[in-house]
Amino acid sequence: MIEQAIADGSWLPYTFAFLMGLSMLIYAVLDGYDLGVGMLIDNANWHEKDRMIASIGPFWDANETWLILGVGLLLVAFPAAHGVILTELYLPVAIMLFGLIFRGVAFDFRAKVPYQQKWRWNNKFFYGSLLASLAQGYMLGSYIIGFDQSLSGIMFSCLIAVAIASAYCLIGACWLIMKCEGSLQVKAIAWAKYHLINSVVGLVAVSAATPLISKRIFEKWFSFPEILFLAPIPIATGLLIGTLYLLLRKMPFAQDKYCWLPFILTIAIYILSFVGLAHSFFPYIVPEKMTIVEAAAAPASLFIMLIGALIVLPILIGYTALAYYIFHGKATELRYD
Amino acid sequence: MELDPFLLSRIQFAANITFHIMFPSITIALGWVLLFFKLRYNATQDEAWMQSYFFFTKVFALSFAIGVVSGVTMSFQFGTNWPGFMEIVGNIAGPLLAYEVLTAFFLEATFLGIMLFGFRRVPGWLHTTATVLVAVGTTASAFWILVLNSWMHTPAGFEMIANDAGQLQAHVTSWWEVVFNPSMPYRLTHMLLASGLTTAFLIAGISAYRLLRGDRASSVRKALTTAIVLAAILMPLQVIAGHEHGINTKEYQPAKLAAMEGAWETQKGAPLVLFGIPDETERKNHFSIEIPYLASIIVTHSLDGEIKGLNDFEAHPPVKPIFFGFRLMVGIGVLMLIISWVGCYLLWRNKETPKLYLYALVGMTFSGVVATIAGWYVTEIGRQPWLVQGVLTTKEALGPVTGGMVLSTLLVYLSIYAFLTIAYIVTLFHMARKAGDGSERDPERQIIQGGERHTAIAAAK
Repeated sequence: MIEQAIADGSWLPYTFAFLMGLSMLIYAVLDGYDLGVGMLIDNANWHEKDRMIASIGPFWDANETWLILGVGLLLVAFPAAHGVILTELYLPVAIMLFGLIFRGVAFDFRAKVPYQQKWRWNNKFFYGSLLASLAQGYMLGSYIIGFDQSLSGIMFSCLIAVAIASAYCLIGACWLIMKCEGSLQVKAIAWAKYHLINSVVGLVAVSAATPLISKRIFEKWFSFPEILFLAPIPIATGLLIGTLYLLLRKMPFAQDKYCWLPFILTIAIYILSFVGLAHSFFPYIVPEKMTIVEAAAAPASLFIMLIGALIVLPILIGYTALAYYIFHGKATELRYD
Repeated sequence: MELDPFLLSRIQFAANITFHIMFPSITIALGWVLLFFKLRYNATQDEAWMQSYFFFTKVFALSFAIGVVSGVTMSFQFGTNWPGFMEIVGNIAGPLLAYEVLTAFFLEATFLGIMLFGFRRVPGWLHTTATVLVAVGTTASAFWILVLNSWMHTPAGFEMIANDAGQLQAHVTSWWEVVFNPSMPYRLTHMLLASGLTTAFLIAGISAYRLLRGDRASSVRKALTTAIVLAAILMPLQVIAGHEHGINTKEYQPAKLAAMEGAWETQKGAPLVLFGIPDETERKNHFSIEIPYLASIIVTHSLDGEIKGLNDFEAHPPVKPIFFGFRLMVGIGVLMLIISWVGCYLLWRNKETPKLYLYALVGMTFSGVVATIAGWYVTEIGRQPWLVQGVLTTKEALGPVTGGMVLSTLLVYLSIYAFLTIAYIVTLFHMARKAGDGSERDPERQIIQGGERHTAIAAAK
């Protein structure tokens, strides 16, 4: 298969599909935790809100950039699919953007407006995060069922919207367990437990619905011998979820041991779920309508972008790591000077 | 009434890009000014430079955040409203946008975190480096975007090849020609200088406001001086850059130039129309005030040089917005020149800055933003009906969206943008008042804070 892909030049579109998927996954993890924190501030008191937002302060700008890269890659590498997907999702995209606009600017405004107006921007931060997360979940749901606009299709998309918002809250709570101390950390553990259960419901719904909706996907997962190679994915996911739940029940430990572990486990769950989804849809980029190769831009253009990406990505990962190293440890008050 | 998705999508994109450009035009140059403040501090160890730095990083952070979110909106609108753009010229636009995100966007977004919140956490050299990289990032971002925009005005280095469905698509023949297309150097220079002026007047306006509020911190004086000198240097350069850009326009987009000049008939020794009201139905200017021969002298450098009039083009862009937009931009430019040079004279004479002058500066705070937007309207409307000159019309790029849907999102966008613009302006002046409310003014307190910081930095090392 690989030899054939090299021979007919289809390795370029597949490489870009991989890079795009990777950016989307990184986005879901990174902006996932800061959107999650944004939604969780609603349950926190005045002082905790400041601390929670301080924990994501140095990172959120760069986190959001992964969305631009993901959509950018869709735009530049698969222009035909980009048009189809985004026109189908016109309204949810607009709603997501309204949400992202408000939370992005609220982040800066809340620290700069007169003190008595701060709560308003805190509210905008919360609603912006909620709206953006729900819209992203709705888009994922809608994409999974091939933009089905029937009532059941919309219901399914709404279910996924709530599930994704909950999954973001889960990773947000795990981030807070890692970055916070004391009573806030205890609260974060409780949030994580609650949202873990909700996310699992959503994950089960997606796993059950996708094979039922599409015969092709059903055959991809449940034919022999593929099922033997694929079985580890759901089994490992289940084990990780179980471990995470037991861990959260025992936390916090003395000397704050393993405070980073829930975050890592959640990332692993994200990765496995993503791999499962990607496997279901491959080789389609618009489910059942357009394949990765059909939608790809001209090879010459893809090639010049690949060179750039290969040079830049390691540097990018390097300085992202630097930023996380500089701001590692428990979150402290954010100050410019 | 039938809702026209084409017109509504255009208004939506125009609203979006108008709102967006306000913030990059501030941050592109502000990054370099911040670097200047930081370097002055490194050289002199004068706490006041650091105070200027911290105050204007807040302005930078706020502007940057709004710039990011409105930029994200735009990248989505390519797909939601204008899918034809990427379908036809995606092979060119795609890599340029990809390089923008990869080389510029991540750089600025990541190092912004270190620049804003890292002062107490990282060694001084790393903090300075982060400031450099943020400035480089914003400028690189401008570079790629202006390459793409210039290519849409003066496309080069490509050929049209039909795909399997018979659709003609642009394919690159030479990336060098794509990137260094005929109008790129002029447009990039013009825009970078515009950003410098926008920032200079923003800093000057806010600093003047603080002086008027009785804020005597020496950091305010330092910022004001920097801004006035910067504006006084950049403005003459901008006159030259703008002029050269105009000549480039005459060569490649003569209809746009004719609309800018308000020239209806092809004429040798054309007059410069200072003011008038162009009328497209009667095809003449009402109430015009003209200076004989001057347009020919400016554009062709000779008394009897020919300027092709609008009547000799088969199709030309709408005249009024270009004609007025151009005059608004130039008018503000003239005001900027006068005010910055008067400011330099006052600085040179070392006089107490008169109140009237400070009020003028406060009035000019957002003049650069207005001039930049006016200039963009001239050049973008001047390209119509083309989206990519001679290759793709705007109408062809429109996607299958309904008027009602676009109208509903447009109304929300417009209200969000109006709200955020007001909130931005109010917050800037609030920050200026808060900085000058006495808490930061006490020199002894400043030294204590500075000392605290040095200890923290020493500990970080």
